[in-house]
Amino acid sequence: MVLKAPESIISSAGFCPGCGHGIASRLVGEVAEELGIQHKLVTVVDVACCSFNIDYWKFDTIMAAHGRDIPTAVGVKHTRPDSMVMAYMGDGAAYSIGMAETIHAALRNDNICVIVINNSVFGMTGGQMAPTTLPGEKTATSPRGKDPSRYGTLSGVELLKHMDIGYLARGEMVGAAGINKCKKYIKKAFEHQMNGDGFSFVELLSPCPTNLNMPPVKAKTFVHEEMTKYFPVGEFIDKGGKI
Amino acid sequence: MNKVKIEISRCKGCGYCVDECPRKAISFTGIIGEKGYDTIKIDDDLCIACGSCYRVCPDRVFEILV
Repeated sequence: MVLKAPESIISSAGFCPGCGHGIASRLVGEVAEELGIQHKLVTVVDVACCSFNIDYWKFDTIMAAHGRDIPTAVGVKHTRPDSMVMAYMGDGAAYSIGMAETIHAALRNDNICVIVINNSVFGMTGGQMAPTTLPGEKTATSPRGKDPSRYGTLSGVELLKHMDIGYLARGEMVGAAGINKCKKYIKKAFEHQMNGDGFSFVELLSPCPTNLNMPPVKAKTFVHEEMTKYFPVGEFIDKGGKI
Repeated sequence: MNKVKIEISRCKGCGYCVDECPRKAISFTGIIGEKGYDTIKIDDDLCIACGSCYRVCPDRVFEILV
């Protein structure tokens, strides 16, 4: 079995060692090449860590204002309906500053793909507490652990799973099996966009070793053992599929 | 014949491949690479070219040749 990194990735990105963004970016490149859409794929990246992808991918890429990459992607899809459009962002953009945009794009069932990298903290700004931070998790702004009596933990998939959208899945970027499943979810999201099924949303749980203050392998174990308790993985909506 | 080609200049020493390899064929060298991190090496006799290292690597270090 010959495995070669996708040609749509042109440089080495500046992600920290062990960051899940490197894996997710590669998966997007692989899926785009397998589906043969690399020439008509327009990616919209957010401002935070995912913005490094603007130098990483060969695709046409737009950097939107923080949290506003879903409306930017919707605009691109409206003006160029033949192109494939993907919004790529972190959990801060999708569930914090861009929450309204995420919900309303899902309500309108806009025909775009959204990929959210959930690492349970605000990564680029230094690991502050995010809506997705787990109860009791220590971060820069919750040094004694997140107090669950004051702050809830938000699951984006729970919010979207009763809406009439095309595809909804959550994967964990841990181990070869988990990463293969993530790739399958991303591929299905693109196929749903090709079929015109509407809003396709994939959340990928990612290790953030720098801001979790853990070695990469320990951060990976944290994602697999702790994060999946609050954020169960799997497919939740698959329009026209088996679910 | 090498089963896996390594682009060592990209390696950031996260150790996912060392942890994931089912045959424990990958280990750290102790040599600091271009990016300033500990780098890895593969024991070709143990390697079965399963591709696990390619899949888990965030920095596209590996290429499976067979």
